[in-house]
Amino acid sequence: MKQTPLYQAHLDAGGKMVDFGGWEMPLNYGSQLEEHNQVRHDAGMFDVSHMTVVDFKGSEAKKFLQILIANDVDKLKTQGKALYSCMLNETGGVVDDLIVYYQNDTDYRMVINAGTTDKDIAWIKTQAQGFKVRVEPKFDLAMIAVQGPNAREKVYQAMNGVEEICGKLKPFNAASVGNLFIARTGYTGEDGFEIMLPEKSAEFTWKMLLEVGVKPCGLGARDTLRLEAGMSLYGAEMNETVSPLAAALTWTVDLSDENRQFVGREALEALKHKGADKTIVGLVLEGKGVIRNHQQVITNLGIGEVTSGSFSPTMGKAIALASVPKGAQGLCEIEMRNKKVSAKIVKPPFVRNGKILV
Amino acid sequence: MSEVRDDRQYTETHEWILDNGDGTYTMGVTDHAQALLGDMVFVELPSEGDEASIEDEFCVVESVKAASGVYAPTDLEVVEANEALDDEPELVNTSCYDNGWLVKFKSDAIDGLMDADTYSATLD
Repeated sequence: MKQTPLYQAHLDAGGKMVDFGGWEMPLNYGSQLEEHNQVRHDAGMFDVSHMTVVDFKGSEAKKFLQILIANDVDKLKTQGKALYSCMLNETGGVVDDLIVYYQNDTDYRMVINAGTTDKDIAWIKTQAQGFKVRVEPKFDLAMIAVQGPNAREKVYQAMNGVEEICGKLKPFNAASVGNLFIARTGYTGEDGFEIMLPEKSAEFTWKMLLEVGVKPCGLGARDTLRLEAGMSLYGAEMNETVSPLAAALTWTVDLSDENRQFVGREALEALKHKGADKTIVGLVLEGKGVIRNHQQVITNLGIGEVTSGSFSPTMGKAIALASVPKGAQGLCEIEMRNKKVSAKIVKPPFVRNGKILV
Repeated sequence: MSEVRDDRQYTETHEWILDNGDGTYTMGVTDHAQALLGDMVFVELPSEGDEASIEDEFCVVESVKAASGVYAPTDLEVVEANEALDDEPELVNTSCYDNGWLVKFKSDAIDGLMDADTYSATLD
C-alpha cells in the first residue's frame, strides 16, 4: 500500500490506519467524534496528501480546460481564484469532481481525488491531444487541510510569513508563499486552509501545527464533517453513470457560453431537455438508529437510495444524503435493518460554520 | 492491547458474560469489540421480560462506523436493560466491562463459552 510523507506522524499520533483506495491512511486517532467536534469548535488537521495536484501549462491551457470540465474557467480572472467543477464523460456522467485554481491563462492548478487519479490522468491526457498544453501531475506534493473556526489563526502562529500573504485571502482563493500553495478552501463546512507543500516539508509543518494545538483528524471525521456540510463525495453522490443534474450539482455546470463545447455537454443538454428524474436531498432521521449507505428510501414520489448515511455529531441525530425522485418532499421512510424508520427530507447543508441549518 | 477480565466468560462474537450467582447473568461487549467498532452513538436494547432464543440478535450496538448485532448466547429472558445507554451510548466505549453493560438475563446453564485465557488467545 502507498504511504504519504506523514505516515510516521500518523503512527506517532496513534492513528488507526486503514486501506483507503490503496493508501494507508488514518481512520481516526482514538475518537472520531472528538475529532469531528475539534474541527467544528476549534481547529483540526487532515493529511490529504493522497489527493493529486495536476498543473496545466501552455498557451492553450485555458482553451483546453474549457472543454475538459463542465464549469467555465473563463469565470477565473484573478490569480489564485478557485472553481469547483465536475469533469464529465461523453454520456454526461462524472469522471471526477475537482477544484481548479487560476494562476494566469497559461497556468492552472487542479486537485483531483485520490481513488480516481490513474483514471483521471489517462482521461485528461487523451482529451489533451491536439491542444498546446502540458499536463503535469505533481506526485511530489503533500497536502494538509487545516480546518475549523480557529484554523487560520493557528496556521499563522505555526508558519512564518503566511499571515502577511494569506491574511486577506478571501474564501475560495489561494496564494503562493515561497514553495507553499495555500488555499482558503476545505471539505468540512468550516473556515480554514488547504496547504500544498513539498513532501520533505510535510512532517515539519505537521509538527509545527501540532505545537500550536491543531489536532490530527482522520478520514472518519472528514466524512461526517463533509456530510454535515452537504458536500458530495465522488463515488457516493455521483459517478460515471450519474450526471451533475441528478446529483444536485447543476450549479457547477455552466451552459451560458453556447460556443463552449465541453465534453458531455451534448448529453447533458439532452438530459436537461428531458428533465432529470432524480436528485440528491438531505434526510434527518426522526427515530433512533444510524442511516447507512444504500438503504432504501420510500418517498411520496417513489423509491430512492441513501448515497451517504451516518450520524451527525453536531446534531446528535442520524443524517444522510440520498438520491430520490425529483420533487420528493415531506416525510419519508428508511428501510433500516428490517424495520422502517421515519425521516424528514431537507435541503442540505445540515451544518455550516458551526451552526445547525435544518 | 485489549483488556480481558478473568472474572467472566466470553463468546466467539466478542461478548462477555458474567455469572451473578443467582441464576442471572450480565452481558456486554468486550474491549476488543468496542475498539473495533469505534465511537458508539446508539444502542438498541430489549425490554424487561423479552425472551430470546440462542443466536437471536437481541441487541444492536451502532457506532459512527457500523451497526453490529449482539446475539443471545443461550435461550434467555431479559430481566434488566441498561437504560443509561439511551443517553450515554459512549459508556460502551469508556466502560465496556462496568457501566457500559448491555443486559441482565435469566437462564439455565450456558454452554460453549470461553474463559479469559482462551478468549485472549483468539485475539492474537
